[in-house]
Amino acid sequence: MKKEIRFWNGSIAVSEGAIVAGCRFFAGYPITPASDIAEYMALRLPQEDGIFIQMEDEIASIAALLGASWGGAKVMTSTSGPGFSLMQENVGLAAVTETPLVIAEVQRAGPSTGMPTLVGQGDVMQSRWGSHGDYETIVISPSSPQESFDLVIRAFNLAELYRVPVIFLMDECIAHMSERVVIPPKEEIEVVERIKPNVSPEKYMPFQPVNDIAPMATAGMGYRVHVTGLTHNEKGYPMTTSPEVQEWMVRHICDKIRKNEHKIRDIEEYRMEDAEIAIVAFGIVGRSAKAAVKMARRHRIKAGLIRLKTIWPFPESYFESMADSIKKFIVAEINYGQIKLEVERAVHGKASVELLPKFGGAVHQPMEIYQKIKEVKNGN
Amino acid sequence: MEIEARANPMDKYLRADRIPHIWCSGCGLGIVLNAFLHAIEELNIDLDKLAVVSGIGCTGRIAGYINTDSYHTTHGRAIPFATGLKLANPEMKVVVISGDGDLFAIGGNHFIHAARRNIDITVIGVNNYNYGMTGGQLGPTTPLGARTTTSPYGNIEHPFNLCHVAHAAGAVYVARWTVLHAIRLKNSIKEALNKRGFSFIEVIAACPTTYGRRNKMPDALDEMRFYREHSVIKHGIDPSQANIEIGKEIVVGKFVDIEKPTFNEAVEELKKKVKKK
Ligand SMILES: Cc1ncc(C[n+]2csc(CCOP(=O)(O)OP(=O)(O)O)c2C)c(N)n1
Ligand code: SF4
Ligand SMILES: [Mg+2]
Repeated sequence: MKKEIRFWNGSIAVSEGAIVAGCRFFAGYPITPASDIAEYMALRLPQEDGIFIQMEDEIASIAALLGASWGGAKVMTSTSGPGFSLMQENVGLAAVTETPLVIAEVQRAGPSTGMPTLVGQGDVMQSRWGSHGDYETIVISPSSPQESFDLVIRAFNLAELYRVPVIFLMDECIAHMSERVVIPPKEEIEVVERIKPNVSPEKYMPFQPVNDIAPMATAGMGYRVHVTGLTHNEKGYPMTTSPEVQEWMVRHICDKIRKNEHKIRDIEEYRMEDAEIAIVAFGIVGRSAKAAVKMARRHRIKAGLIRLKTIWPFPESYFESMADSIKKFIVAEINYGQIKLEVERAVHGKASVELLPKFGGAVHQPMEIYQKIKEVKNGN
Repeated sequence: MEIEARANPMDKYLRADRIPHIWCSGCGLGIVLNAFLHAIEELNIDLDKLAVVSGIGCTGRIAGYINTDSYHTTHGRAIPFATGLKLANPEMKVVVISGDGDLFAIGGNHFIHAARRNIDITVIGVNNYNYGMTGGQLGPTTPLGARTTTSPYGNIEHPFNLCHVAHAAGAVYVARWTVLHAIRLKNSIKEALNKRGFSFIEVIAACPTTYGRRNKMPDALDEMRFYREHSVIKHGIDPSQANIEIGKEIVVGKFVDIEKPTFNEAVEELKKKVKKK
C-alpha cells in the first residue's frame, strides 16, 4: 500500500485516526466546538461495521463507553469543557476499573458556558484532576490535523496498553483548521491490541497486574469478572474497609502510569540545542511559539521551543534536567496559568518561569511571544 | 451424629465466596435475587453470555453476588453502561438490576431514553419506596405522606408511578410484582428475558430497616402481610391507572407486552445499507 494525502481538518483527522486505531464504538452528545467529530463518526462508523450512538447527555456517553469497552470494543467520545465536567465521575470509574477509553476534548474558552465558538486551553488541570481521589490519566495534545491523526492512534494504543482513560486534548483551532494530512501505508501504522488473559477462569485474577498491567477479560469470554467502582482487590471484589487494599489499588492505578512516564513522554524540541530561553507551549500555541522562536533567532536571541505532545503524566524529570542549562522558561498557554505551575514545580527553583497567558477567545500572536522573549532576555 | 454438608443447588449461580451478603434480615432483595436466579436456571441461560449491571444502592449490590460478568457502576448510570455493553457485544444478554432512586432519580433520564430507543435489555427496578443504602431518605417513589429521614413530617412530593413512566417512554414489556409474588415474579423475569427490546419489571420490596419502621411496618412480615391483603392482579390494565398510594391497593400484573424494532436491529440494518465494499 502507498501513503495517501488528504486535506482534512483536525476533527476529520482525529476521527479517521481513531478508525485506523480500531475504534468501533462512539457515544457522544453534541457540543461546540466538538460536534464535528460526532457528526463525522455518525457518517463513518456504520460504514466500518461500527456503532455510533448519540446519548442523552455526556454522563450517559462516557457510561456507554465504559460498557462498550467492557463489551470488548475500542471506544471514543468527543466533548468540550462543559461536557467533560459532566463526565468526571465516570472518568474516575474508568481509572479504578482500568477501562481503556479515549475522550477527544476540544477545548473552548471557559469557565462555564464561556465562549462556545472560540479557542481556550483551560482544561489542562481538569483533564488530570477532574475526578475525585487519586488516579492518573494520560493526556495528549496535537498541534495540527496531521498530529490529530497520528497521535490519536497513539492515544488508543496507550489506552489499551495501560488500561487507562486517555484524554485527547485538542483545541478549537486545531479541530477546525484544515491542512495536508499524510496517511502512512497501513502496514507502517502500529496498532496495539488489548492484552487478554491466557490462564483458565479458575486461575484468573482480573486486577492482578502482570508486568504492571492486568490482562483484561471482557464480557462473554467466560471469565465471569466482577467489576466495581468500590475499592477492590486483585479479584475485583469490593474491600471497602481495608486500608491495605485501598493503598494497593491506588498505588497500582497511579504507579503503572508514573513509572512509565518516560515511555509515554512525547516532546518536540525546536532550536533547543543552544537555547538560553525556552518557550513551553502545546496545541495551537505551539505554532505561534515556533514562529516567535524564528523571529528571536533572526535577532540573535538564543530562544527555543519545548512543545508538549503529552501533557500528563507531566515530564517532571525532563524539566528538572533542562533547568540545569536553561535558566529562563516562558510558558505560553490560553489560560491564566496551568502548565506554568507544573513547570515551576518541576524546575525546583533552578530557573525562572514566567507565564504568558491568554484568557481564551484568541491565540497568542508570534509577535507577542517574541516581545515576551525580548523582555525576559533584557530583564537579565 | 454427622451432618452431611450439602451445597445449595443455586450455589453455581452465586459467588459463594462473597456470601454472607450485606443485606438486613427481612430485606426483600434476597427474594428478588432468588427469583432472578431461578428464572435464569429455568431458561437454561448460558452464564458466560449473561451480564448483570447495577448502579449504586442496596439493590446495586446484587451484581456482585451473581456468578456472571457483573458490573457495579456509578450511581444512576447502569442503563447507559448496559447500553454500551449490549451494542458492542450483542450476543450478551444484558440485565440491569437497581433501585428506585438509582434508576428513577439520578438515573431517570437514562431510563426514559433507553426505553425510547428500545435498547435490548431487561431492567429490574426494585422499589422499596426509599433510599435504603444511605439511611432511608425520600426518593422518587416515596408515597405521599410517608415518613423518611428527609421527609420527617411526611412526604409532600408526588411520587412516580414507575410502570406508567416505562410505558409512556416506550418500553415493550412492563410488569409489576411485589416480593410476595415470588413465583409470578420469576415467571415474569423469564418473559422479560425472552423479550426483544426494552423490558421493565418493577418489584415492590420490603425495606424494614429504613422504610418500614418509620411507616408503621417495623417487621418485614408486616410489609408482606400488607402485600397479601392489598395487592390485586390486573393484567393488561393501563398502567396510568395503577398509582401507588399509602394504605391503598397495589395493582400488580403484566401491563404491557408489545413488539417494536430494537435499536440493535436498526443499527444492523443501517450498517448493511451503508457498508463500504
Ligand atoms: C453521585 C452519587 N450521589 C449520591 C450517592 C449516595 N447514594 C448511594 S446509594 C443512594 C440511593 C440508593 O437508593 P436506591 O437506588 O433506591 O437503592 P436502595 O438502597 O434503596 O436499594 C445514594 C443517594 C452516590 N453513591 N453517588
Ligand atoms: S436498608 Fe432496606 S433495602 Fe437496604 S438491605 Fe436493609 S432492608 Fe434491604
Ligand atoms: Mg430504594
